[in-house]
Amino acid sequence: MTVFCLVETDDGAIIDASLRALTLARGLAADGLAAANGSNGGPVLAAVVFGDPPTADLAAYGIPDVYAVSGIDGYAPQAWARALGGLLSPEPAPEMAGHAVVVAAGTDRGNEVLAHLGAITRLPMAANCTAAVDNGGALEITRQRWAGLLLEEAVFEEALFEAPVALLTVATDVVSPVPADELTAVAVHAVEPVLAEGDLAVRAVETSAGTGGASLATARVVIGGGRGVGSADGFAPLEELAALLGGVVGVSRVVTSEGWRPHTQQVGQTGTKITPDLYLACGISGAIQHIAGCSGAKNIIAINTDPDAPMMTRADYAVVGNLHEVIPALVAALRERAAP
Amino acid sequence: MEILVCVKRVPTVGGAITLTADGRSVDTRMSGFTISPHEECAVEEAVRLVERFGGSVTVVTLGPVAAEEQLRACLALGASAAILLELVPGVEAGPVATAAALFSVAQFSVAQQSVAADGGFDLVLLGNEASDTGDYQVGIRLAHLLGRPVATGIKSLSVADSGESVVASRTYRGALETFSLPLPCVVTVKEGINLPRYPSLPGRLRAKRAAITRVPVSPEPEGLRMTSLRVPDAPRQQATVLGHGVAAVPALVTALSELGVIS
Repeated sequence: MTVFCLVETDDGAIIDASLRALTLARGLAADGLAAANGSNGGPVLAAVVFGDPPTADLAAYGIPDVYAVSGIDGYAPQAWARALGGLLSPEPAPEMAGHAVVVAAGTDRGNEVLAHLGAITRLPMAANCTAAVDNGGALEITRQRWAGLLLEEAVFEEALFEAPVALLTVATDVVSPVPADELTAVAVHAVEPVLAEGDLAVRAVETSAGTGGASLATARVVIGGGRGVGSADGFAPLEELAALLGGVVGVSRVVTSEGWRPHTQQVGQTGTKITPDLYLACGISGAIQHIAGCSGAKNIIAINTDPDAPMMTRADYAVVGNLHEVIPALVAALRERAAP
Repeated sequence: MEILVCVKRVPTVGGAITLTADGRSVDTRMSGFTISPHEECAVEEAVRLVERFGGSVTVVTLGPVAAEEQLRACLALGASAAILLELVPGVEAGPVATAAALFSVAQFSVAQQSVAADGGFDLVLLGNEASDTGDYQVGIRLAHLLGRPVATGIKSLSVADSGESVVASRTYRGALETFSLPLPCVVTVKEGINLPRYPSLPGRLRAKRAAITRVPVSPEPEGLRMTSLRVPDAPRQQATVLGHGVAAVPALVTALSELGVIS
């Protein structure tokens, strides 16, 4: 079995969601190797990257092979899928034995590229997996439904799986990114993809979104505001706190429905899933669609006047109180602390 | 402009998800039903485009007879025709079968009232993902069956005055990604692309009386087979209460320091 993992990079480094995907892929390859008694004659684990290969990160994550695809300018989802599909045919990797699994991060791009690959190859695809086990030929996965509020156990039907390929993406907020025990030497294989007509018809032109580069999905600190903030103007202290802590502001659905903040800041099932070190949720009751978006946070602190609000019971730390009093006092305390 | 919008009937989830005794489906005895916020926005986007360019909005769903409730809700918002691809209650169609069923409708030409070689609809809109199964692939599989370009996760859609092309964009990791597509095409949208309107009273009355086309569908089994569902364990213990009001601030500062957020 060969496990291919599509890796996304940003400024030459592998993005967090792809490190999580690599961690799951590495475990799956180890399963496959164990099932084949330690040797199946071919590469068992390979990254696929579009552009320059991030070899230092791959070495740290124990990925021995990387296929570096050149010749596609920018992000073109169908072309990326075609290039991935090309690796599955015997031509570029003649030593590849048995079936294959293609893994990607459960990002907008990862889900999109693997869905294209599924459509091109007519193979099934499992989105947002939290676990995958090669059980002696049967690939068993656990995946998120309802943005993770419900988990589905599923199996790639053996009749299909024996022959070709299973496609899966890895949830961005469950599997932790874990480097390998030791560094691995990385062999780089250059790939020039063979594209079909129309593959490059849809491609992204990237421009700044005017957010100053801060992204809700990747922020280490998120200051959340909900109905309790009360108005658009009420967000000023939250912005101030976010700036002090090097974080960004995120909001609940009611805040965007009220037009207090833009939808790009919405945390939750239909907004952004966040994975910060700290989520400080202010005046957010905690509807389960919101919880689905923030349960990947390492730590949650909630501030709410209602001690029984779901967000308060879900948090690690809670402050019972009015955010309009607590946040300005916290900002003042932090400024005083920072003063020489 | 002829636009097809694909929607899905899903339970309205409030407090917590509970499962049926056999653990194979969500217990919906106590819940209402809706379409996802993404799909509400897809319907709104379609209605706005038809208000600008003329034409009509057709809405389609794959689901049980009860899904007529969701189709009528879409008709009340301004869709003018509705098609139910009818499943036997209790049968779930996977993403491959769903795309295949939608393909049969997407080929239909409203103008010619028949299957058109190049497909009848100028634009097919879907939500980026269904809120229940979250498969993230139906729109793309449908586009490939139709042989049309597709953009997904779109939060801003702008159709050229000529009606011949669209510019679609989304944010990704803090950057704006913009895609240009010729029409006809398939676009999946996300909540935030617009603010959906409320249905008007005349709209509701019209929707109540409207005829819904019903087509029985028997989905093929999928290559990915669900074996069971489970609700994830509640991961956290009871929260540690740091205090009340501004008196809690020193403890809050200590907590931030211990978590490594401040030095």
